[in-house]
Amino acid sequence: MIRLFANANYDFIKWRRWAYGITAAIMVVGAFDLVVRGLNYSIEFTGGTLMQVETKTAVGTGRLRQALDDAGLHGAEIQTFGSDTSYVIRARISAEAGENEVGDTVAVAAAVGRALDASAGPGQYRVERTESVRPKVGKELQGKAFLAIVLSFFVTLTYLAARFEWRFGLAAVLATAHDVLATIAFISLMHIEVSLIVVGAVLTVVGYSLNDTIIIFDRVRENLHKYRRQNLYEILNLSINETLPRSVLTHGTTLATTLSLLLLAGEVIRPFAWVMSFGIFTGTFSSIYIAAPILLLIEKRWPGQDARGARALGARAPVPASPAGPPAPAAPKTPSPTPPRVPAR
Amino acid sequence: MNTIRGRLITIGILALLSIGALIPRNVKQRVVDQKTGKMKDTTVRRVPVNLGLDLQGGIHLALEVDESKGPVPDCADAIQRAERVIRTRIDEFGTTEPVVQIQGRCRLIVELAGEKDPARAKSVIERTAFLEFRITDMQNQFQNALQQIDAVLRRAGFKSRGAAPSAVSQLFGADTTKAGRDSAADANAPGPLSSLLFQGQLPGEFLVPEEQWEVVDSLVQRPDVRQAIPRGIDLKWGAQVESRGAKSYRALYAVESRPIITGEELQKATARRDQLTNQSVVDFVLSRRGGRKFGEETARHIQHYMAIILDGRVQGQPPIIKNQITTRGQIELGSKTLQEASDLALVLRAGALPAPLTIVDEKSIGASLGADSIKDGIRAGIVGVVLVILIMVGYYRLSGVLAVAALTLYCLFTVAGLSAFGFTLTLPGMAGFVLSIGIAVDANVLIFERIREELVHGKSLRLAVDDGFKHAMNAIVDSNVSTALTAFILYLVGTGPVKGFAITLIIGIAASMVSAIFVVKTLFLIWLQRRPAMTTLSV
Repeated sequence: MIRLFANANYDFIKWRRWAYGITAAIMVVGAFDLVVRGLNYSIEFTGGTLMQVETKTAVGTGRLRQALDDAGLHGAEIQTFGSDTSYVIRARISAEAGENEVGDTVAVAAAVGRALDASAGPGQYRVERTESVRPKVGKELQGKAFLAIVLSFFVTLTYLAARFEWRFGLAAVLATAHDVLATIAFISLMHIEVSLIVVGAVLTVVGYSLNDTIIIFDRVRENLHKYRRQNLYEILNLSINETLPRSVLTHGTTLATTLSLLLLAGEVIRPFAWVMSFGIFTGTFSSIYIAAPILLLIEKRWPGQDARGARALGARAPVPASPAGPPAPAAPKTPSPTPPRVPAR
Repeated sequence: MNTIRGRLITIGILALLSIGALIPRNVKQRVVDQKTGKMKDTTVRRVPVNLGLDLQGGIHLALEVDESKGPVPDCADAIQRAERVIRTRIDEFGTTEPVVQIQGRCRLIVELAGEKDPARAKSVIERTAFLEFRITDMQNQFQNALQQIDAVLRRAGFKSRGAAPSAVSQLFGADTTKAGRDSAADANAPGPLSSLLFQGQLPGEFLVPEEQWEVVDSLVQRPDVRQAIPRGIDLKWGAQVESRGAKSYRALYAVESRPIITGEELQKATARRDQLTNQSVVDFVLSRRGGRKFGEETARHIQHYMAIILDGRVQGQPPIIKNQITTRGQIELGSKTLQEASDLALVLRAGALPAPLTIVDEKSIGASLGADSIKDGIRAGIVGVVLVILIMVGYYRLSGVLAVAALTLYCLFTVAGLSAFGFTLTLPGMAGFVLSIGIAVDANVLIFERIREELVHGKSLRLAVDDGFKHAMNAIVDSNVSTALTAFILYLVGTGPVKGFAITLIIGIAASMVSAIFVVKTLFLIWLQRRPAMTTLSV
């Protein structure tokens, strides 16, 4: 029987300041990038026309750009899409342009057609996909996406408040907020195009990360009842360690599927798969290093039942454990309903 | 024993239902005949899963009222009119089951799966609606010419086929004595065209069996047949398919070529239920000029039937003109529902006030791109599943095998769920499905880890399994509910493909709860019962 991290006893919480540092660094860099470059919104959100064309021979983005300029379509973005015979041409709508002179797919399509006739030759290409969105619709969509994220926070907070104590709920939501911010930083740094599918991926990350936090908090809640003598610091560490094998396994299987999506499912899904893959990391990270320490801080500030959190931070943390680790935290001295953990060695 | 049997029966029923939902079946599709360019029905045998536009290719259009040439006061009514008009043109799109629906209040969504030419689809949609009133063929000119038309067709080499003449009286029973007397069908020998037409209830109305209407349409479109149709008479199809008993019919109307009035003269049309007679009626108001003209025409055509034709399709059954009508008139629909009256009023308004539309969102996807997406998605799915199987079996051994067995059922349930509820599979939906396979085993991981812990605590096998399931349940329910909630919000807020993703995720979560908890528990119970002497669990 393979047992990963059986009887693990790492002092995760001790490293929380390091974790804060790392995540703060990512976010600062991400925020800087966001301000400088801005998010790369898709046509769906900005309005404009997108055309995906497949040419029989590799034309090259440079030549295609020149041809588009000659055809009267200036400032269009051109990217290869998966292979060098597949191109995506985006003609965004500039902010100055009015509602009526834009969304003119016919004109864009005609220009693209002329450019391709000139660069690839007539009949040597095929239009695979056309998307054309008015800015008005894009704005609506932005509003909806924002609404979706806010709503999902609200609903999950309510659910957590009903299932757990509010302190847990708040910690979980803060950790999830962290995930959203970190994911946005990642999207900005990687210059991933923000489409509706990517917003869907962010929301899925929210669900997944929350899921992970809940698994740990569920164990914390259980252990708080089980081990009455230990402080919250110890309980948190114990719970994270106990759920570690599950975390490794589940993140492993999920990562296996997102990676196969990333590598095999094609260009359209790739941004989604990137965001999901990152989300698995940040979700795991935040459950351990954000949610748990924040719970500790909340307990310190607003002590709950028997103020176990306050006690934990007041008194210095117990013996820090090394990876090889001494056995599980000291067994409670009073008899508990279930026997304490016995290292199976 | 009983509990195991009960559980197995439940699983068996679920699996059978799922397989039943996925058995390839005959689906009737309307496609364009490559040779004639006309729509025809074909029957295709396929697995009943709806593919989204991004997977099968096609055009998605979102339309709004065009206000660039002046404001439109009531956009909701304008969009309803536009929807009604586009519905009557559905046959002109070269696609299977076009989607025409109103989104929100003032936006119309048109989805044409498989359509390749956006320009053609747009021209069909943007064409202005044309409404006209015409008197039906009261002198039976068309019917009298049927023998001659049959002769023309015989000369062109058409043989008669179709029902025996006596079908006419069987079809309508006793109340169509007129039909029995001078029906074309009881001419001496059944003709190529007349044998396909059944006399309707009013002069100039014929019924054609639904499965033969394309044949009839192609016959009456022939130049030689058009020559033989009397001057001043046109043939127009009814807009709706009517069912009589088990069979469906389309109505074909012979109407005068000259409209007595057109939609521009119409100013208002509203539906209501008459308090006195308890009938559904449509009130309409004509312009002064139109009223004068209509007054002259109706005075000449009292007791005649008047077909209401929108875009070349006769809407509803032509009403009879009871007396002279000038600017204000009403159409009595007898015992028809208010809904039908509202629909007719909408048709009239649609013809009177054409709604200018503008495209606000357009997506067209080539079929080959969709096919590539399916191929890539399936490949990614297979690789993902194999990796998950390797991880689970490698780590949990025999228990892992049970989890994989449950995973197979999970996939079956999810796809069947999509099919049974008629949801559409989109590309993000496929991604969501692949992703959910990774997440689906989470419940099993939680349970197996719990069982391991219980075993470490020194519990007996049976107790460890029971407690493992019991103790893992809290975490499983909480985490699944939170994921389902975010997916549900995505469903509410998202559009198109993203909705597909959310639906796949939600169905996946439900299916994984059933397979991971119920199915795996059952397999464990069987395993423990078969091997009572077992002391170590392969978990």
